Order: sequence, then structure tokens, then C-alpha cells
Amino acid sequence: MSTRLATGGRMLNRANALEFTFNGKRLTGYEGDTLASALLANGQMLMGRSFKYHRPRGVIASGAEEPNALVNLGVGGQFEPNQRATTTELFDGLTATSQNHWPSLEFDIGVVNNYVSRFLPAGFYYKTFMAPRPAWKHLFEPIIRHSAGLGKAPKDRDADRYEHFHVHVDVLIVGGGIAGLTAARAAGQTGAQVLLVEQTAHWGGRAPVDGAVIDGTDAQAWVDGVVAELEAMDNVRLRTRCMGAGVYDHGYALAYERVTDHDPDPALPRHRLWRIRARQIVTATGAIERPLSFAGNDLPGVMLASAVRDYVANWGVSAGDRTVVVTNNDDAYRTAIALKQAGLDVPAVLDARPVADGALPQKAREMGIRVETGRAVAKVRGRAKVEGVAVAAHAGEGSVLDEIACDAVAMSGGWSPVVHLWSHCGGKLIWDEAQAHFRPDPEKAPTGAAGEAFVVVAGIANGAMSTGEVLADADKAGRAAASAAGHDKAGKPAPQAMAEETGAMLPVWVMPQGASYALRSKMWLDFQNDVKVSDVQLAAREGFESVEHTKRYTTLGMATDQGKLSNINGLAVLAKSLNAPIPQVGTTTFRPPYTPISMGAIAGEARGDTFQPLRRTPMHDWHEANGAYWEPVGHWRRPYCYQQDGESVHDAVKREVLNTREKVGLLDASTLGKIIVKGPDAGRFLDMLYTNMMSTLKPGKCRYGLMCTENGFLTDDGVVARIDDDTFLCHTTTGGADRIHAHMEEWLQTEWWDWQVYTANVTEQYAQIAVVGPLAREVLDLVGGMDLSAEALPFMGWADGEIGGFKVRVYRISFSGELSFEIAVDASHGRAFWDALLEAGNEFGMMPYGTECLHILRAEKGFIMIGDETDGTVIPQDLGLDWAISKKKTDYLGKRAQARSHMTDPARWKLVGLETVDGSVLPDGAYAVAEGKNANGQRNTQGRVTSTYYSPTLDKGIAMGLVLHGPDRMGEVIDFAKVDGTMVPTRIVDPVFFDKAGDKQNV
Amino acid sequence: MSEPRSALNGASYNGFASITEAAPHGMITIRGDMASEPFRDAVANSAQVPVPSKTMLRQAGGRTLAWMSPDELLLLCPYADVAGSIAALQAALSNSHHLISDVSDARAMFTVTGVDAYEVLAKLTPADISPDRFAPGVLRRTRLAQVPAAIWMQDETSFRVICFRSVAQYVFDLLRISAQPGSEVGYF
Repeated sequence: MSTRLATGGRMLNRANALEFTFNGKRLTGYEGDTLASALLANGQMLMGRSFKYHRPRGVIASGAEEPNALVNLGVGGQFEPNQRATTTELFDGLTATSQNHWPSLEFDIGVVNNYVSRFLPAGFYYKTFMAPRPAWKHLFEPIIRHSAGLGKAPKDRDADRYEHFHVHVDVLIVGGGIAGLTAARAAGQTGAQVLLVEQTAHWGGRAPVDGAVIDGTDAQAWVDGVVAELEAMDNVRLRTRCMGAGVYDHGYALAYERVTDHDPDPALPRHRLWRIRARQIVTATGAIERPLSFAGNDLPGVMLASAVRDYVANWGVSAGDRTVVVTNNDDAYRTAIALKQAGLDVPAVLDARPVADGALPQKAREMGIRVETGRAVAKVRGRAKVEGVAVAAHAGEGSVLDEIACDAVAMSGGWSPVVHLWSHCGGKLIWDEAQAHFRPDPEKAPTGAAGEAFVVVAGIANGAMSTGEVLADADKAGRAAASAAGHDKAGKPAPQAMAEETGAMLPVWVMPQGASYALRSKMWLDFQNDVKVSDVQLAAREGFESVEHTKRYTTLGMATDQGKLSNINGLAVLAKSLNAPIPQVGTTTFRPPYTPISMGAIAGEARGDTFQPLRRTPMHDWHEANGAYWEPVGHWRRPYCYQQDGESVHDAVKREVLNTREKVGLLDASTLGKIIVKGPDAGRFLDMLYTNMMSTLKPGKCRYGLMCTENGFLTDDGVVARIDDDTFLCHTTTGGADRIHAHMEEWLQTEWWDWQVYTANVTEQYAQIAVVGPLAREVLDLVGGMDLSAEALPFMGWADGEIGGFKVRVYRISFSGELSFEIAVDASHGRAFWDALLEAGNEFGMMPYGTECLHILRAEKGFIMIGDETDGTVIPQDLGLDWAISKKKTDYLGKRAQARSHMTDPARWKLVGLETVDGSVLPDGAYAVAEGKNANGQRNTQGRVTSTYYSPTLDKGIAMGLVLHGPDRMGEVIDFAKVDGTMVPTRIVDPVFFDKAGDKQNV
Repeated sequence: MSEPRSALNGASYNGFASITEAAPHGMITIRGDMASEPFRDAVANSAQVPVPSKTMLRQAGGRTLAWMSPDELLLLCPYADVAGSIAALQAALSNSHHLISDVSDARAMFTVTGVDAYEVLAKLTPADISPDRFAPGVLRRTRLAQVPAAIWMQDETSFRVICFRSVAQYVFDLLRISAQPGSEVGYF
């Protein structure tokens, strides 16, 4: 059983005990503990259940690579699944529960899968749930989904907040071990701006645990000294709890800072996503120890050798009283020695190599530790925890030679450089035969825009295995990166380390090397996804040659740990099964982030009020205070209608329509686009943009115009006012303002660059208010100050003036068929002008109206709406707008396209009005059916509804639609299909339902 | 005529930096051939501010000329001076193709003040605002989170931000959230 040692633990502050709960049990740890070390200290070796077979699982590692010890952390709005206990710093009041078990961690029903595991081989789902097809969707998938998955999805809204932080540096260094620190010092001394990030809360990595001696002093003292030195440099910035998450094109990198995870404070951002632009990036990301594949290597109590000594050295925790070390290299002897020095028993070191006579094995022997070379673990004894190991010859098939009782097994299969960040943006790897690992190929680094390398790798991440090599390599990397970023000033020489004499490691992919199927089917490669040696071998036999396919077939290397432990072992097994060299099989793709980062950090500030920009007109607050029922229009919110007390939306719209038709209404039209087009060639330019002629417009006058894309399709419409000889003001739709401005600039900058035209988007400079209805003039006359008579300002004219002391520009244009004045006033006076109009309009029964009323008024008049009558496939000719298409002009955007055969086809559907025989309102988007069926067995169609409303003015449903030969079929009744299959007989009519002669607007 | 009202009526917030919406301020867009020396001279004389070089701004007598694009400048001046300034510019530029437009009311302007003001902006803009590269005299057209903005420094501890008027509340909220006490990054 794991326990806390009486002394030791360099991370701990034993004076500060912390309380936490695990599955409701109250436990105690110390400041400086991780959740994993605190659980082990409390004898809680069992931390979860595996994904597929629900096997009992304990912690295996001590860092980011941990596949097993995943917990649900927190409750309610702080709940988060799949949190690694090894990287979760303990705090007072921490609440954790284990995952993937039912009904309890100790007794789990799903473990039955374990006993039928031979019926659940790789690709089990694909093989078993093939037929019948519908059963997959309705039967198999729901059941599999229910039983699969690790943590639970959070149910509550995330209670925390997050932020981004953008920085630009010369050199970003990822990893704060001795390599990163050395690289930072080397780069910092050149004067370069350096940012050094470290994922844990501590500098120095594992050098202090492993007993490195640097520049004649112990590693911790050296680390402290260098950190102090770096902190004193203005151009170097240091950040702990900040993981280099991803490397992207052009020196862009993401780092994930866990600001308050170790000390929750709802007032502060929980995570901060650093968005970094670096000229050069140094990855000093260290290495990860590989497990060994022997039978029963997933039992709680089997751990990485490095983790076993980390727990002793860092947190004063022993995994067990008696630990058998099994290895293929010298490094694991450090664990045996550390355990022995802590007063714990090491019954044996089983070394797969025939000879182990390096300095560390010799030292272990001298300490009286039994070292057995050429030996392997045949299998681990025990059911839910380690009880002993059966020993076999590594060269053999697994015949048991000896039994050793123990509580823990420390395994080491060698070290793999962490190449993730190097690989994210295309850095290539080479296979190092001597160390049996992939390391970065310095000749094939990730490259920038000019083909130059922008990532440099440093230390053991570069395959430098001894402390001395690490320091030399990191110093060189730091200088190289700074130099590439333009900084070459010389600094101190590289630090030196005491030489370490090590023997060669022996690649071991299956232990013992000739193990039987029975043993191989209990050798775990991927602990998180329950992938065993036998599964990968099966995949190879079934023809999966690509490592990428094998990954997906077996799930090797998937899920939250992305195969940090399993990758190399898995592909080595695959390579052996395929009888191919390992480098030929290659690795799967390393994709960011290095370990999962929170969704909140990605969103940053974009939540709640700042989820999305909300555009507000100067009158927005008034709308909000006066019953506005909002409609999103682009990023604007516009009132759909204004609800009065107890009024339904439908009733409000009806009231607004009738009030506007009978008395007078007020519309906030500020969102409409307003673009100034000025210059000697402005008229010529607009003649090209609009289908009709704009150059002939007289100053003081307005004209409605249509704009098409170069493919002929209608893209926007609006009223153009000529301000003076050189200047036009083009109104666009609300959604079209930015798009049309960009469209204008594109043509001016790319095609007609020699035309003398400037544009300016002044949409937001003005509040624009429409006063609409038979009493509109009376209201404005009461406010007073400007002659708005039909003689002074006729229909389709505009004039500057003053109304009620406000400087205004009045356009006499109408989108409603009523007498209508659209009045532009500077935005900073918009609200005051609106208030003045409301006050004056009071005695005339004036009421504001929203967008739905606007739509109904225009539909009653047969005016088209961009986005309703158009959908990107409609040309003006389809809408009967031939009157707005100039025949005189030699060209305009879309003209040539509109002459294509498909555009002139008389069978194109054309705009008509639609009236149901029973007066009901047609469903929006409904199709008119025709005789017969098409090749797909679907009913033929002959038209569709584009706009449909209840008209309060006419007290019946009215609609517009596109119908085959529509204008030639006036009076004909056709059927529109509803989704329930019934038909609505509908008469084709003129699209102008109200005041066809236009008498009401022209008074 | 009513008193001009800025988008947020001078809203302010005090966090680790203080955020204040400025009172209505004059802003005039000037487009023209900036490669032409006579044109530049005419603008400078009329605006009473030297024409800035690329990505910079120049200030004189409470007026600012800011580089916006190769053929566009922005003149900042007191709100009351807009009509006069436009008239002067139009007179000075009457012989050349140009566009002058009052955009004072189309914008909102904020000040972000404090020794850590850099950090408020760095949470929101991808532009490089490191103190050694971004100092008074430099102007960036960039974005703050999801909307366009222009930023510059009035002095060593004070930023100016302009954005479109319709998103003034959004930008104020961004700045306010980013300046919450305790969320200092300690970077610059």
C-alpha cells in the first residue's frame, strides 16, 4: 500500500495541511501536493477504471503524460471531467470523484467486460455491429454511447472566466527544466526579448530529483541561481503553470496558463491563453519515460520508474514498501537507489539486458540491491493491486523461474523525447537506434514564410541524454534562436555538468521477448484506451499497415493523453508484426494542443455580454425601455415590434401596421448602410455598379437602384441620392453596408484603379428616422423649421435643413407606400431628435414600429426585400424589375451574365403575388407542386413562396413567390404543399396588393 | 439643437487601469493622393498639423493627424471645430480629387490609463504593443477581440482607443473585463 513517508518531499510544506475529498471521503494532504501524490499518501492507489474493460487502474506517471488517474474535479459550475490527478495541484476544499465506474470505484459492474475481453478484440464494434444497418443507429450506437466515455459532460454553465493575452517576442522557450533555463540564459544574454514558459509550478524539471551536478553544485541550487539571474534580466520573462500548447505557422504559438487552478478565486480569470508571436521558438520539452510491455503491467502499483522516485523525492510518498524495478536501461537504477536511500525495500532489479555494469547498476549493487540481468517480468501477480512478480528469462517465452513478493513495480523502457511541439508545424523526426526513440531531425525543422527554420530543439527533447549533453545542446539552441532573431551579443559560456557514465539501453517492446499469446493479451500498450499488444498484432494480421489506420482501428493513442506513453511501444509492436523497420512505420501525427486545454480558455473573454459584439443604434436604449421585441439583423438588434402591456407579438405588429397606414409611424432606420461615393468619375462608377443609370440623377434627387454581382445575381438594393456634381450617397441594406463598401473598394482598387473615385462608409455617422403615414407632414410641421410641402420637397427629392433646431437631411422616399420622410441627423443627436419627434407625434397618435411592420408594409406594396425575394440565384429580371435595368448603358456589373442562355430562359420562375383561396397565410418557403414526379421520385414543383404575411390592412394572407411563367398565369389557382402533406389552393395575382397607383406616397 | 451625446455618455470604470469614454470628439476622414507633395502640404497647412508617415500620427495644438491607409488620414480636433476644419480643408483641396467626411459621430473614443494599461490592451489586440515598439506617436489599426479599432498612446501610461459607435458598449465591456483588479498579468 502506498503511504506518506515520515520525512522528505521537496515540494511539500508540511506545516500547511489541506483537506480534500475523493468520492466523498475526507482526506488530508499538504501544500505542494498534487492530487495524485495526496491520494497515494492516503493509501488510495486505485483511482479509476479503464475505458473498455473497466479494469482497476492506479496512477502510473507523475506528470502530463498520465493516462489513468483522471478524475471529475469540482461541482456545479466548476465541474470539469478528465482532469489528470498528476497535474492537479492540491488546494483546501478540492473535490474529486473517480470516473467510468458504476456503482462504485471499488465494485464496478462494467468490469464484466474484463472477463469477456477475448470477445472484445480490436475492431470489435466494426466487426460485430455491421448488420442490420438500421440497428446501428437505433440499437447499437445508443448502448455503446451509454457505456463508453470517461468523464461526464458538465451540466451547469461554467462559473469561471477566462482571458487571452497577446505577446510578441524574439524567442519563446517552452519548458523550464535545465535545458529551458540554459537556453533562456543563452538567449537572454544576447539582448533578445525572451519568454520562458513552464507547465508545472516549479523550475528545473527532474534534474533535482535525478541528482544532477551542474557547475559544481547540486541541481536545485543551480536552478535557483539561474532563475534569479533570469528574473534580474529586463528582457527575459518567466512564467510557471503555463504550458506551451501548440506551435503554428509563422512563429505563432499558444501557451495555456492555469492562473487559479491551484488556488481558486472566482474574481480572477481561471485560465489565460497566451497567443504568442515569436521570431524563434525553442522547444525544451524534455522526455517521457516509456512503460514496458509485460503481462499485468496495468495493475495499480505498476508505475513508471521515474514516477516512483518523483513521488518519493518530491512529495515524500512511497508507492509500496517493497518495489521491484524492471528496466532495460541504467536510468531506472536511480529509482532503486532513491528507494533504498528512503529506507524502503527493493527486492530486486530485473534488467532485461544481459549485462549491466554502468555506474548506476554498480552503485545499486554496492548498496546491496539484488540485480538480476537477462531477466524479465513474466507477469504481475495480483488482482486489484500488485502482490508480486513472476520472473522469467527475457530471452525466453515466459516460463516462471522465480516469484518475488512486492507491493509495487517500477518499470522503465527508456526515454522518448517530447517531440510534439517540434512536430505540430511540420518538424520531421529521425529514428535514433542507440536510444530506440524518435528525435527531431535538425535538418527538417518547421519552416517560416521564407523557408527558414523557426523552431530549435534543446536538451533531452533533442535526444541529448546526459546532463552535460543537455546543457551544451540547450546553450547552443538558445544562442542559435537568438541569433536567428537578430541578436548575437556574446555571453557566459555554457554550464558544465559532472560526467555520468552510462551503459547502453536495450530496446524491449515485448517482455519477455518470446511471450505467449496469453501473456501478450495481458500486456497493455495504451492504458487509457485498453489497447494491448495482442490488439495491435491482430490489426497487423488483418492488414492494417499504416500506423494512422491502426490507431483508428485499435484506438491506440487516442483520447485525452493522445498516446504519450503508448505511441512508441505501439508502433514498435506494429513494426515487428509487419516485419518492417520502425522508422518506416513512422508515428501518428502530433497535433496541438500538447495536453487538453479548457474550452473556456479558447473562448477567452467571448462569453456573456461580450460573447459577440452587439451593435446598437443611438435609439437602442429607448427601444429596450419601450417593449422592443428584438430581432437580430447582422450584429444589430432591431425591434421586430414594440409590445404594449399584455399585447402579443402578432397583435403588436397588427396595431403598428394599421396605425402607420391610418395615422403615422416612426421607424429607426439607422442601421441602413450609407456610403459616400465622390470624385469626377463617381457617376461613371455608379453606372457600373447599379443596373440602372445613376449618372443622370440631378443633385437634390433620389433614385432607387439595384446592384448585381458579376454573375448577374441581385446582391443589394437601395436609394441613391445625388448630393452634388461629384458626390453621391448610396443607401444599402442593413446587412449590405460593409459588404457593399468592400465591393466598391475592391472594384476601385483592382479593376478601375485609375478612376477618380473615393468612398467612405458613413453608416454610423447618422441616426436615420423614418416618419411614415398620412399624418407625417403634420408631425414634422409641428416640430417645425423646414418647408416639407410637396412643392418644396417632392417625392424622390432630398433637402438639407433644420427641424426643431436639429441639423437634418430629409429624404422623401418611401418603402411603405405612405407619405414618408427619412431624416438623417448626426448620431450624437439621434436620441434627442427621436424624443422630439415622439413628443410632437403624440397628439397625432404616432407610434414607433418595428421591422415586421416594415416588411408587411412593403409586401402590401409589392416591394422586394433582399434576402427574401433574393437568395443569390435570383436576377432582377426574375423579379419583374426590368424597369430598373438600363437598356442604354453599354455595361454594368452583371449585364453580360444576364445575357447567358440560362438567364434568359423563359422557364425561369418569375415573381408574382399569391393569395390563398381561403385567405389563410401561406407557410414561408412552401413549394407549388406540379404534375408528375422527378427522377428521384419527388413531386415536381413549379414555384415557391419568398415572402408571406398576414396583412392587417387587407385582413388576409398575402404572399409573393417565384412561379413558372407566373406573370402569364394571373388568376390561375395552383397548389402549395404544406409539410403535413395537405395542399393550399392559391391564386396567382399582381404582387402589388395595395394602392397600385401610388397615390398615398405621392402627396 | 441638443447637446451632442457620446454613445455611452461618458461611462467609466476603475480597475487596475481606468477606462473612460471620451466626450464627443471631432473626427474627419481625409482621402486623397498622399504621394503628392502639394496635396500633403495643403492638408498640413489647413489642418495645422504635419502629415504623419506610415502607421504614425502627429499632434499639434490639440489636433491630431493619423495615418489610416496609403490614401487616407484621420484628423482629430475639438468637436466644435469640425465644421470649420472641413470648410478649410475643402477650400485648400478644391483643386485636387479628394474626399472629406465628418465621421465624428460614427465613432466612440476611450482612454485607458494606468501603468498597466498595456496589459488591458494586450488581452484584446493581436497587434504588437510591447513598450519598445509601441510608444506615443505610433498608431495601429487593429482589432479588439471581435471588432475593428485604432489605438495609440497619448502619453507613456495612457492609451486612446477608437471604435465604431454601434459597438461602443461592447468595447467598453471588453476593456472593463480586461482591467478587473487582480487580473494583472505582470508582463510588461
